[in-house]
Amino acid sequence: MVNKNYVNENMNIVIVGHVDHGKSTIIGKLLADTNSLPVGKLEQVKETCRRNSKPFEYAFLLDALKDEQAQGITIDSARVFFKTDKRKYIIIDAPGHIEFLKNMVTGAARAEAALLVIDAKEGVMENSKRHGYLLSMLGIKQVVVLVNKMDLIDYNQQRYDEIAAEYNRFLTEIGVKADSFIPVSGFMGDNVALASDKMSWYEGKTVLEKLDLLKNKQDVEYQAFRMPVQGVYKFTAGGDDRRIVAGSVDSGKVKVGDEVIFYPSGKESRVKTIERFNAPEIDEDSVGSASGFTLEEQIYIARGELACKKGETTPQVAKGIKTKLFWLGREDLNNSRSYFIKIGTQKVRAYLEEVVTVLDAVTLSKNARQSVKRHEVAEVIFRLEKAIAFDKAESLKENSRFVIVDNYEISGGGIVVDSLEEEQRQLRENNAGVYVNWLESAVTKEERAVRYAQRPALILVSGKKDLGQKAFAKYLERGLFMEGRNTFYLDLGDAFQNIDTTAINATEKRNENLRSFAKMSSVLLHAGNIVIVTVTDIRQEELDTIAAAIHKQSVKLLWVGDAEAQDLHIDLLVKEHETKERVYSKVKKMLIDAQIIFQPYDFQRGSA
Amino acid sequence: MDHLTKLENRSMHILREAYANFRDLGMLWSIGKDSTVLVHLARKAFFGHVPFPLIHVDTDYKIPEMIKYRDNHAWQWKLDMIYGQNIEALESKKTFPHGNCTRLECCRLLKTEALRATLNGTGPRYRMNHETGGYELENNPAPFTGVIVGVRSDEEGSRSKERYFSPRGQGNDWDIGEQPPEFWNQYKTDFAPGTHVRIHPLLDWTELDLWEYILREEIPMVSLYFVKGEGKRYRSLGCWPCTRPVESNAGTVEEIVEELRSGKFSNIAERSGREQDKEDGGGLEELRKAGYM
Ligand SMILES: Nc1nc2c(ncn2[C@@H]2O[C@H](COP(=O)(O)OP(=O)(O)OP(=O)(O)O)[C@@H](O)[C@H]2O)c(=O)[nH]1
Ligand SMILES: [Mg+2]
Repeated sequence: MVNKNYVNENMNIVIVGHVDHGKSTIIGKLLADTNSLPVGKLEQVKETCRRNSKPFEYAFLLDALKDEQAQGITIDSARVFFKTDKRKYIIIDAPGHIEFLKNMVTGAARAEAALLVIDAKEGVMENSKRHGYLLSMLGIKQVVVLVNKMDLIDYNQQRYDEIAAEYNRFLTEIGVKADSFIPVSGFMGDNVALASDKMSWYEGKTVLEKLDLLKNKQDVEYQAFRMPVQGVYKFTAGGDDRRIVAGSVDSGKVKVGDEVIFYPSGKESRVKTIERFNAPEIDEDSVGSASGFTLEEQIYIARGELACKKGETTPQVAKGIKTKLFWLGREDLNNSRSYFIKIGTQKVRAYLEEVVTVLDAVTLSKNARQSVKRHEVAEVIFRLEKAIAFDKAESLKENSRFVIVDNYEISGGGIVVDSLEEEQRQLRENNAGVYVNWLESAVTKEERAVRYAQRPALILVSGKKDLGQKAFAKYLERGLFMEGRNTFYLDLGDAFQNIDTTAINATEKRNENLRSFAKMSSVLLHAGNIVIVTVTDIRQEELDTIAAAIHKQSVKLLWVGDAEAQDLHIDLLVKEHETKERVYSKVKKMLIDAQIIFQPYDFQRGSA
Repeated sequence: MDHLTKLENRSMHILREAYANFRDLGMLWSIGKDSTVLVHLARKAFFGHVPFPLIHVDTDYKIPEMIKYRDNHAWQWKLDMIYGQNIEALESKKTFPHGNCTRLECCRLLKTEALRATLNGTGPRYRMNHETGGYELENNPAPFTGVIVGVRSDEEGSRSKERYFSPRGQGNDWDIGEQPPEFWNQYKTDFAPGTHVRIHPLLDWTELDLWEYILREEIPMVSLYFVKGEGKRYRSLGCWPCTRPVESNAGTVEEIVEELRSGKFSNIAERSGREQDKEDGGGLEELRKAGYM
């Protein structure tokens, strides 16, 4: 159809920023000045204001709820339809008040670009920053900063420059680059739809011009094919005997004849036909499509599998994931109860295993705590009841996104940054022979624990080089042995450090060392020992790998000396000059508290 | 990807999520253009089938042609068709046309109340028998836990704030100040007993998008939308006492698209012909909080 008014591109833009900084006003004014409002709408709102003796607000064009108008605040994100010669836009007007952060996230997650508003008089505020941070977590790369209410500061360039510079510093700190800064007055309309005649010093675009210059999301077809299976349909009505695997293509493309593989099950087949209704036949489908195909060979799969293509990058499959998330739930995220994680079309029970760091998205300060509060951002580790298939954020963002459901409610969301099982799987493969023997052991772990009056544990003694770790470890081994415990000491020295990190195979080398170490300690731990190991300057990632490899066994980290610069989960911090005796009794208390050592069971008295 | 295909794909995705997560799922079909497009989208999402019942709340004041259209297509497309009604209010003549209540009260009884009772199974449900083509009273109807509704954000204020998956309380009520977060293709599909979820696959569509899509897909529409000589057509369909036709020259889908794109309706609100909106102060917030579509 040839028609100059025919626009066939659409784009979602969100407008965010601190409460009352003028988001709704700017959009209201944009609609009014471009004649985008239905006939009579502006007059109707003005009339309502007059009747209620309230000053007129452009924001009332968008803040439609009675509570919103009564309080002069946006409560929930609104979709506003707006059209230029280039595109059809849905502008999402998000609320700025912290109480409604979940509504802001809801709105922003639908957008491809964002306008972030800062009040020129009030300057950069808490939620100017928090919203900026969340935009980057939501994966929104294009951010245009609007410095609003310029009329209140007499269109002063110096103040504008200060605010722009201050906010730019914050964005740089969080690794975001603003697309541009625009000085505006939402209420007066300067640089919104029309260029301002009061700021001759500004030579950039108006908001309206800028919108059409933003880039729409590129549909990337060259990435690996990913399609979370929404369902496998077999509708027999009318003699239909097709069995169709249905889902939306998240990335890449798929063709008739392609070999497909489903994760986590690992089942394989070949695409026979691509199915559609009321549309021309096709033999290839790609990203963005609500697709469906039949298979050559009938395999049993169901909703929750991730369809991939053989020969392309394989997804991760794991029961342990390291994530970066934001928390919106009223109740803290902690390890006192279980949650559900939803990723793609998979939904499995999840347990919080560890909070690595909690970050204040405003001050960017980090702190260590074992729970995450509402509106905080954190790095956390989850253990899952069943293995799930996903990609790491760095390789395929769309397929790394998840939400956490707490008691019927979506309460947080984030991206998976690492798979903990991957290393564990490698280690298992490496240990395959040894594993068989353990599984065949005729004596159970519990029986050993009763006999030895102890449970196996790995005590890592670490810290900067030469702070007496070895001498202490030997003292500890001797002491525990004299008390009747089964214990074994091992010195790893610099095993992990002694690698030229600039060498091409540095990581490989370290992993190799880690693997052989894990193999050794696994045997000792399964035999029921308390294994004491000295190793210089261990890092959290190494600790994670070890912990994953010897799963379910206790690992305790004892750190000697200063640990401030370390981002480490330390169980016992020891000062450099503390006496051996003193440290020994602390370790003993830790082992008793953790129920690693206990009194032998007294069969005569029937108690421990 | 062009804008109609993008909108279509998103709606199909939502419909499939709804189908996967709600065992007792139904779709409201008002016979109007929005929900008729929804029926079409469902047939696309499920490859020619509609794997859940369609529910029509019959106020008894629907324009007769709508009922004829409904029954013809339900029969032709093999739809599992159900309708419900507030028999009590109709029998006791508690309606606006009888002069016994206001428009809003009439809407509350014949639509909101009838809808509530039809959905939770306390009111009568009549189901089409595809052998006879007639309707039969259903025994022991189960409550619906997922209800697909064809509302659009551009229709009025409270709908501009809706979620794709929007929870409703025990009494069908909508807590508009406390909506759940929703992002990245993940929706509210978990719900407490006694509550249900409304599913809105058309939120991102405008009236123009819809007619452009009807044109592209050649979806048959009830003829009330088109001018047939007398210079009037319906832009929005409701009950005849409360819906006025508009002056227009559009007799075909192409002409309607043109009229909305650059013609006389390009800047006139769609629901301006609906009288009950005016009683609610220009919006439908109060009706919708109580369970209206
Ligand atoms: N003087 C002046 N006042 C403005 C301008 N923009 C907005 N305001 C006023 O600032 C107040 C808040 O504006 P809103 O548009 O409601 O702010 P908001 O950012 O949408 O607020 P929330 O959505 O509640 O976070 C209103 O009283 C506006 O009239 C401006 O450019 N100049
Ligand atoms: Mg606002």
